[in-house]
Amino acid sequence: MVGERKYPGKLIAVEGLDGSGKSTQIYLVKRWLELRRHKVFFTEWNSSVLVKKATSKAKKRNLLTPTTFSLIHATDFADRYERQILPLLRAGFLVLADRYVFTAYARDSVRGVDPKWLAQIYSFAVRPDITFYFNVPLNVSLNRILEGRPELKYHEAGLDMGWSADPYESFRIFQGKIAEQYSAMRKRHGFTEIDATLDIHEQQKLVRSIISDRIDLAKFRRKVKR
Amino acid sequence: MRGLKFFGGRLPELPKRTQVSGRLFVLEGADGSGRSTQIQLLGEWLEANGHGVKFTGLRRSDLVGEELELAKMGNVLTRNTLSLFYSTDFFDQLINEIVPALKAGFIVLADRYIYTLMARDLVRGADREWVHNLYSPAVVPDAVFYFRISGRQLVERNFQKSNALDYWESGMDLGLSSDMFDSFIRYQRLLEKEFVRMQGEYQFESLNANRLIETIQHDLRVKIGELLKLPVEDAPESEDG
Repeated sequence: MVGERKYPGKLIAVEGLDGSGKSTQIYLVKRWLELRRHKVFFTEWNSSVLVKKATSKAKKRNLLTPTTFSLIHATDFADRYERQILPLLRAGFLVLADRYVFTAYARDSVRGVDPKWLAQIYSFAVRPDITFYFNVPLNVSLNRILEGRPELKYHEAGLDMGWSADPYESFRIFQGKIAEQYSAMRKRHGFTEIDATLDIHEQQKLVRSIISDRIDLAKFRRKVKR
Repeated sequence: MRGLKFFGGRLPELPKRTQVSGRLFVLEGADGSGRSTQIQLLGEWLEANGHGVKFTGLRRSDLVGEELELAKMGNVLTRNTLSLFYSTDFFDQLINEIVPALKAGFIVLADRYIYTLMARDLVRGADREWVHNLYSPAVVPDAVFYFRISGRQLVERNFQKSNALDYWESGMDLGLSSDMFDSFIRYQRLLEKEFVRMQGEYQFESLNANRLIETIQHDLRVKIGELLKLPVEDAPESEDG
């Protein structure tokens, strides 16, 4: 990952297990910054229009193997990175990312992809200024997700790995392995941990105060002519 | 049976001890260098000798082949994105087509392989180490034949084939020149430089592709025949003079 930054923008990423509540938190950060008239841009994992068509087709037909799953997500990331994230950082925006390269590291490593190969592939990506890690006990996040007995998608449940034929059981095993990957990464990548069992409001208070401390937000105010 | 050889990396789908009885032969060279014609003829010869043959090439995967075609038309992909998209296509075919065919004992004839993909990325300014890493989990072919051809011949053959130069084969996205002919010549020269550089590193057999179809085919059959212990007819007479 690139450590040196040659642009005025700042990048804030959120990571965590499915059901950790990170998307809610980053959404609230976005609203906070928007309402204060800051230059802010939000980007989400697996959302490049160009690549999405291929990805959703492939996922529907279960065509993906661990390697192609990994590469197609890297393609998606590269497209968003080269066309949005980096240009906007250079233009002086606060860029908010719901999941970043760490999601790929965690998921793909669980699928047996060589972590060194993967790290090199994502080496063009800049290290976020802040990476929030929403730490939640596995049983809590599992309960949040599985409570409503949702229909789990094939890859989301890790069914491609053949650990279990039962989607819910497979999902539990998969999430457990991802949790291990995240906890191995926490120190190495300097995650800022948030206790994701707290109330939404409490967490958001913490997140906002950390952002205010570490980033000079006044610089990101839109200049409005009066 | 032989163990598959990799360039360095490893894929979770293909354990190191994967055994194969087939062979992988790769033909590399510019568009218009005669690769497709030669592959066709090689296929006929191998089948005549009782070998099962599978053909493979770039941008043919079920997974993203179609999307790549679209992206190419729209010219909307940036550098790393394009590299990664092509690599997705490549590894999809490697895992789902090439290796299964090799395991089943087929001779796989590849119309281009990772070398073209790497050369294209490198002339577009990609980091050498990054590109090598990306393709390091690929399978090492049994032989690679690189078709060398003069720029003049290449232009002639491209015009013969389609009456026009192709946007991408002319490297127009690189902005080398707004003149397509000029850009084509310069782009092909840049690619050739990369191929020459790779030749030593990856042990290509270099073939003079300016010669007659029959002569080139004979060369290929001699080399492949040696590996497969197949009889090869004498060289065509037309080349004696």
